[in-house]
Amino acid sequence: MELKKVALNDVHEALGAKMVPFAGYNMPVRYSSDIEEHKTVREAVGIFDVSHMGEFMVKGPKALDLIQRVTSNDASKLVPGKIQYTCLPNEEGGIVDDLLVYQMAENEYMLVVNASNIEKDWNWISKFNTEGAELENISDSMSLFAVQGPKTADALQSLTSLDLHNMTYYTFEKGEFAGVPNVIVSATGYTGAGGFEIYVPNENAKAVWDKIMEAGKAFGIKPIGLGARDTLRLEMGFCLYGNDISDTTSPLEAGLGWVTKFNKEFTNSQNLKAQKEAGVSRKLVGFEMVEQGIPRAHYEIANAEGETIGEVTSGTQSPMLSKGIGLGYVKTEFAGPGSEVYIKIRNKAVKANVVKLPFYKA
Amino acid sequence: MNLPSELKYTKEHEWVRIEGDTAIIGITDFAQRELGDIVYVDIDTVDKKVNKDEVFGTVEAVKTVSDLFSPLTGTVLELNEKLGSNPELVNSDAYGDGWMIKMSIDDKAELEGLLSAEAYGQLIGA
Repeated sequence: MELKKVALNDVHEALGAKMVPFAGYNMPVRYSSDIEEHKTVREAVGIFDVSHMGEFMVKGPKALDLIQRVTSNDASKLVPGKIQYTCLPNEEGGIVDDLLVYQMAENEYMLVVNASNIEKDWNWISKFNTEGAELENISDSMSLFAVQGPKTADALQSLTSLDLHNMTYYTFEKGEFAGVPNVIVSATGYTGAGGFEIYVPNENAKAVWDKIMEAGKAFGIKPIGLGARDTLRLEMGFCLYGNDISDTTSPLEAGLGWVTKFNKEFTNSQNLKAQKEAGVSRKLVGFEMVEQGIPRAHYEIANAEGETIGEVTSGTQSPMLSKGIGLGYVKTEFAGPGSEVYIKIRNKAVKANVVKLPFYKA
Repeated sequence: MNLPSELKYTKEHEWVRIEGDTAIIGITDFAQRELGDIVYVDIDTVDKKVNKDEVFGTVEAVKTVSDLFSPLTGTVLELNEKLGSNPELVNSDAYGDGWMIKMSIDDKAELEGLLSAEAYGQLIGA
């Protein structure tokens, strides 16, 4: 399969980015240094091109019914301008994808899904669209920039009359931004550093990117690759689909009970409700290395006796904490904070402690 | 791409500096760039004999982990202690302060199999 290119592919290459295939797209993984890019976002402001993400519009009088049917969270709680994190459960106890639901207007929603799952999600949602909600996949025509970091609102305010400093987390506004009308400016992100995600049509992407870079110059803005995006999300304990959650992990095991609402019917809700009542046998936890070592996905997790109790799903060296951190599933009896576990790193059992998330607090 | 001509290289992106009966070994500038920020160099083969192509340690970057393959057969004599607290030296000075181990050269015939700077440069498209 040929790699897809984001609208600004040439811009990233000209900036010297190392480009790698990711979810079928040629994406910038690093411009300078993972650690430097990570710290730029934690301390100032950085811009990510995440145009590979997918966007579906759901419209019409049956739009909400469809969303309620396929997602685990209660989308009836949304009002125009609000955003909700949720997931698409499958019928076998796992997760098709995790996603954001934007309520754009009465009877109009936008779903933002993972790039690797665009086709799978589209087919899945379409299968349940028996009542005629209007579905449109606009992924290929939209660019998405995540501008993240504590200085983001200051850096971007000159580009818009929207009041960036007073927007609350998980809300959005549509307005003129960098001279382009109807831009979606969303107070969301995947870094825990604060900031905005900016949705623009591809034809305006270059102009908007350039203006953000220009406006951000005085605040030290830098382009940030997917490498730092992963370490930033991991320091916050945010799940990554394909690593920490998948077709075979339950939302309850993954700690997504807070977006799994049993006041409505949705895919597999009966079984998930029973699972909640019975309790799960494994849980996704965060752990910090006590001894020197860096956990990586698929490493085995053991107890003090050397018996396997789980598996690492994500891991890295935390740039802010300068130690190994990771997420992984462990048997429930080992899931409490303070629980001592051992990560099998190259045949050595290296000590780690289960901790409360996030790993890093700004 | 920085490829000092006095060094020898391997397909596994290591460099070898030969000083009499001893070889000093590190990873190439190309390798450190591909790996990104090095955060840990894990070598537990000091005083041990390793065979050519055997793993003598592991280098961990933020995003990835990579085995280090011995270019020669010999005994690992010393590791660069500075990398314990400053693993980023591998990024900033791959051919100098970022060296990883010193080892004895047990079979000089193996030196013939190492690559010249030119041959390695061709391999990585430099």
